[in-house]
Amino acid sequence: MSRVKEFNLPDLGEGLTEGEILSWLVKVGDTIELNQPIVEVETAKAAVEIPAKWAGRVQSIFHAEGATVEVGTPIIAIDTDPTAGPLETPEPTGGAAKGSSAAGEVAKGAAESGQNDDAESGKRTPVLVGYGPRTTAAKRRPRKGVAPAAPAQPTAVPTQPAPVPAPPAPAPVASGPSTAGNGHSGPAGGTRALAKPPVRKLAKDLGVDLTALTGSGPLGSISREDVRQAASGAPATAEPLATALVSGPAANVGVHREQRIPVKGVRKLTAENMSRSAFTAPHVTEFLTVDMTRAMKALDRLRQRREWREVRVSPLLLVAKAVLLAVRRHPMVNSTWAGEEIVVKDYVNLGIAAATERGLIVPNVKDAGRLTLRELADSLTDLVQTAKAGKTSPADMSGGTLTITNVGVFGVDTGTPILPPGESAILAFGAVRKMPWVHKGKVRPRQVTTLGLSFDHRIIDGELGSRFLRDIGDFLADPEAALLAWT
Amino acid sequence: MAKGDPGVSTRGRRAVPRSRKGATGDPELVQLLTPEGERIESVTGPDGTEYRVDFTDEEYRGFYRDLVLVRKLDAEATALQRQGELGLWASLLGQEAAQVGSGRALRTQDMAFPTYREHGVLYCRGIDPIMPLGLFRGVDQGGWDPNEFKFNMYTIVIGAQTLHATGYAMGVTMDGKTGTDEGEAVIAYFGDGATSQGDVNEAFVWASVFNAPMVFFCQNNQYAISEPLERQTRIPLYRRAAGFGFPGIRVDGNDVLASYAVTRHALDNARHGQGPSLIEAYTYRMGAHTTSDDPTRYRIASEVEAWQAKDPIARMKAFLVKQKIADDGFFAEVDEQAKRESVHLRERVLEMPNPEPSSMFDHVYPNGSPLVDQQRAQFTQYLESFEGSAH
Repeated sequence: MSRVKEFNLPDLGEGLTEGEILSWLVKVGDTIELNQPIVEVETAKAAVEIPAKWAGRVQSIFHAEGATVEVGTPIIAIDTDPTAGPLETPEPTGGAAKGSSAAGEVAKGAAESGQNDDAESGKRTPVLVGYGPRTTAAKRRPRKGVAPAAPAQPTAVPTQPAPVPAPPAPAPVASGPSTAGNGHSGPAGGTRALAKPPVRKLAKDLGVDLTALTGSGPLGSISREDVRQAASGAPATAEPLATALVSGPAANVGVHREQRIPVKGVRKLTAENMSRSAFTAPHVTEFLTVDMTRAMKALDRLRQRREWREVRVSPLLLVAKAVLLAVRRHPMVNSTWAGEEIVVKDYVNLGIAAATERGLIVPNVKDAGRLTLRELADSLTDLVQTAKAGKTSPADMSGGTLTITNVGVFGVDTGTPILPPGESAILAFGAVRKMPWVHKGKVRPRQVTTLGLSFDHRIIDGELGSRFLRDIGDFLADPEAALLAWT
Repeated sequence: MAKGDPGVSTRGRRAVPRSRKGATGDPELVQLLTPEGERIESVTGPDGTEYRVDFTDEEYRGFYRDLVLVRKLDAEATALQRQGELGLWASLLGQEAAQVGSGRALRTQDMAFPTYREHGVLYCRGIDPIMPLGLFRGVDQGGWDPNEFKFNMYTIVIGAQTLHATGYAMGVTMDGKTGTDEGEAVIAYFGDGATSQGDVNEAFVWASVFNAPMVFFCQNNQYAISEPLERQTRIPLYRRAAGFGFPGIRVDGNDVLASYAVTRHALDNARHGQGPSLIEAYTYRMGAHTTSDDPTRYRIASEVEAWQAKDPIARMKAFLVKQKIADDGFFAEVDEQAKRESVHLRERVLEMPNPEPSSMFDHVYPNGSPLVDQQRAQFTQYLESFEGSAH
């Protein structure tokens, strides 16, 4: 039993096949205790910390943060007896051969880790209780009496299963179905290379000829990594990932000046929503420039009131109030196009688009129309802080009916926002700037902003949209008068 | 801890009950040990029952030891799952006091019907804590003898065990085993989510109408996986009992002493033929529902922190220190024992043998069956048809 043990990514949920390495909590050379958290992994079900299975010293880490790793793949090697002096044998290569390594090598790694002394072809890795991919290429154990595809193995090496028949296999080509049928041989002439459709697509995109590659995946199939390596001009032999990690996150650093960022998480969701909305709802955008000087003064007076001293008061609060009051006068803008009918809501779940580290998210204030100005202020502050802390719950993000996007915080004047799916109006609030403005017949420096309102033209005609925008503008130009007049 | 009868006195004196604000409404809650570790001498329940406990120092220390051991073994099982050694684990973290308190309140002759989370009760029943790990590792079906330990198999189906328990309790009555101090009582464990199940409500009806010697012990840990309590009920759960015609009471489930006192009283009522009762142990699941769950997706950190301050072990420790019942030496010794036992548990889990595939036929019927024998033979033949098969 080797003193260096490799830990394979277990199935952390029930029936999961992969996980993403979020962050490593230890680094190579660290001394670790049993059950010390070593890595945070996110699966389709949960983000969890994995505790160390053995005490010792971290020998190698096989996958960088951000990597998606198949269940059963080694992720870390731990020297379980670091005080016993330097290692005599070179460290095992099972993990270093990457997730797409020849399956036999992974099985070897498992055997060396000492948990599976009787590792043999066709068994699942024992770390996976009941689940997870098999460690070898064989899908099924061969039945007795069926002619084996490969020549009989000498029985002397039971713990080292032959991964995949070597390309120059001694099997005669004339044996018919055994080569063409099972497709084990990668580059055999005339045989279609084994690769999954996304890998074929990648090869096409990168201009790689699949038939010229030797696959390193199960059954000699060509993996994504094989294609990338071929595209980057590197030899197609398996290069230990551990060394690749030292030099940089990708194997092709310096060859390409483009970065490929996997589309996932918030980015993926945003993209889906934006495309769906932009190509289903016919958008119209109108603009209105407003003198907000009075409103800004009103805000200052509000801040000076004792009961408002602790409250965060921003121009966004007034815009939110303006929108809510205007919705009350034009309920139709707060609606959803539902194909056969239009759903008009008598509650406003007011969405606020927020830029966070994770990307754009749009949490909403539930039933904002019923809140007092003070409650609204508190809700907005809460919502923004929760979003910035990355703690917005899915419930807070669903059910929005109308949205404000505060592009002014980025110092721009306005925009033509795209509707969140299911909503019919979205207001862009630009920066409030001191501008020359005609005020009481003279040009004065005034605090001016530009509002941009996009709306779904299937529901909202130009007239309704214009009245709605005009009302918002009226409120922002003179909030006190609007409040007196409308409420 | 002695299994004698540490006095749970039940004088019928009416007094203003202590109350504590809960998540739903402002219900009464029996508490004998505050989160700060202050002992409350006695509490009078809404029906006039006075709850008090009077333990020896040794017994108090015994409760503390149980709580720490149960938590440590649970944490080890969670780690084993994360390391791929268990398929799944349902952690009891935060619910130790409700389980140890009620588990220690059981008398030898009492029968318990658990869910899949009652590792603490299982421990109190004297069952080797390795047993449920075999189940969650998938190498056996549970493995302990329910009759020997008076602790039924873990039940995964939500709430189903309340009906099994009620039927068992009706049987106890029919056997004439109630009405004395040596009478038998039956306890069924379930969670807040299970109270929405038809099975649990049926069990309430049967137990009530047949005056079964039942204690329904609901650990209200506030979440049915991700569903919060307000999606289960508009009234405090313990008040549901009134509608079925038996008493219900809420106890601080993070207080091991109160959990003991209330359970002991309810069990004694049952064994004396006074019928069923419902106990709502008000507690909190500090961890995930199971290892497949991510609680950060549905509850906020500040809520967890608030419950952290009510930790069952911390308050017991504070009490022992303040009353000078235990010193640092004792706490260190308990920690050492917990560590030793968890290492031992780990070693034994890793050595668990994989069962023979044909072993699934072994315990279908107590005395076997020709049909099962035939199926076993067919299955063995099938396995032997593979190359390299040792079968």
